[in-house]
Amino acid sequence: MAETKSITELEQVLIDDFSLFDTWEEKYEYLIDLGKKLAPLDPSYKTEEYKIKGCQSSVWIHSAYKDGHVYFEGDSDAIIVKGLVSLMIMVLSGHTPKEIVDAPLDFINAIGLSSHLAQTRSNGLRAMIKQMKLDAAAWGS
Amino acid sequence: MTDHIPFDVEQLRELFPILKRKVKGKDLVYFDNAATSQKPQSVVDAISNYYSTYNANIHRGLHTLADEATAAYEESRVAVKQFVGASSHEEIIFTKGTTEGINLVASSWGRANLNPGDEIIISTLEHHSNIVPWQMIAEERGASIKVIPIDDNGILDMDAFKKLLNAKTKIVSIIHVSNALGVINPVEEIISLAHLNGTLVMLDGAQSVVHLDIDVQKLDCDFMVFSGHKIYGPTGVGVMYGKKALLEAMPPYQGGGEMIKEVTFEKTTYNELPFKFEAGTPNIADVIALKTAIDFINKQGKNRMREYEETLLVYATDKLKSIEGLKIIGDVPNKVSVVSFIIDGVHPQDLAILLDNQGIAVRTGHHCAQPLMKRLGIVGTTRASFAPYNTIAEIDILVSALHKALKMLK
Repeated sequence: MAETKSITELEQVLIDDFSLFDTWEEKYEYLIDLGKKLAPLDPSYKTEEYKIKGCQSSVWIHSAYKDGHVYFEGDSDAIIVKGLVSLMIMVLSGHTPKEIVDAPLDFINAIGLSSHLAQTRSNGLRAMIKQMKLDAAAWGS
Repeated sequence: MTDHIPFDVEQLRELFPILKRKVKGKDLVYFDNAATSQKPQSVVDAISNYYSTYNANIHRGLHTLADEATAAYEESRVAVKQFVGASSHEEIIFTKGTTEGINLVASSWGRANLNPGDEIIISTLEHHSNIVPWQMIAEERGASIKVIPIDDNGILDMDAFKKLLNAKTKIVSIIHVSNALGVINPVEEIISLAHLNGTLVMLDGAQSVVHLDIDVQKLDCDFMVFSGHKIYGPTGVGVMYGKKALLEAMPPYQGGGEMIKEVTFEKTTYNELPFKFEAGTPNIADVIALKTAIDFINKQGKNRMREYEETLLVYATDKLKSIEGLKIIGDVPNKVSVVSFIIDGVHPQDLAILLDNQGIAVRTGHHCAQPLMKRLGIVGTTRASFAPYNTIAEIDILVSALHKALKMLK
């Protein structure tokens, strides 16, 4: 996986996927579906230690390091945010610490969800990205 | 009064320019009035008119603009005095808002009057603004905080309250109307019980002043605080009412200009009420526009607006209850036009995002009342709060938007 596509290429895949949707309903249904399909997080990681507190919903991110690559898994108590967790994992998981830390992650704007999801403190998207990059940096150091 | 004129919501909506805007291509449905109300054009104009025609610093200037600005500022104080039924304009202190008012009382009165072992009573319903300032001063003074419990509907346990009152209880600071649930607290009874115990009472009127008739002398509360922006006025202005004798005995809250009588490097004497508590150049424009907001309320008639809000509340409660799995928290007779609800298996944040996409503004989350949410055993609620410019048709839009959101989430 990681060998085949770079973070930027994966972002482009998502941008292309989302561009197929004409309406906000389709975009969110897709995100909700991704949330529902996200591989469950091992309950032992659903603790305060791995929790990223947003104002309204909680996100848990756990990372592991193997053969120079960082692998993420995660969860959220809100399904749309869980869909976002899924997107972030799709894009970032399986890459090197440096690739993850350097990733611009412009796709959030490009897929047209950012106006709801990125700007307010009511969600943990920004905090989620920050935590994933911090994890990666820690593995890389 | 205007009580005899039938209420015309379409006419009222014309006064609020923002109600014409579109959100995500749809007509805005604004159901977040408990967070902040929208502003009539007259309030917007009052601010603009001040800056365009008589902007000046107040109280000390000896020129025409300063005179006009001072007069308008002090007229606003008189309007507030009449609006809440205070006995003197000296009892009306302008603040930034409810939060600053509570901090002022906790800090100034608290520092002068709280001693180690003293007790402060609040309730489980409190907004963080009526918890944290008391925690800060309690820690500083060695006092402690006692909390009135509630039942599952947000009704205060008055027997527990009576038991909490004792010789060490110095003040009860209580939310008049719950911001999270809309439940009206029996503040008359709380005040009379507290006073029998020799305890002062502060009312957090942030959610009550816009809906309920307020007469601080009749209520006999010792302090009451509220915000301008929840009563159709601007943000950044609020009111702290306090009984004159209490205010006179309290030390200043902040030092600076306006609040002094005479300053030397050795000793400063403080100005009289109300200026003693208004250090620095105040928020002149917004204080002036607060009067315009009060004029708006007086002209429309609080009773008239409340009666209409009641019809919205009854209709919304009925319609929302018909949604499968939806439970209203605080479904009690004695409440203002706020419906706070949870839906089985649905996170409030998901609902808020999907409603926003349909042009509907509601509030979701813990409503700055985390201890209340913890007591209720929930992460948060979705809250629709109604103002007199809302309509039955908008409630229908909310209900069908909720159905759509639930379909998407299932």
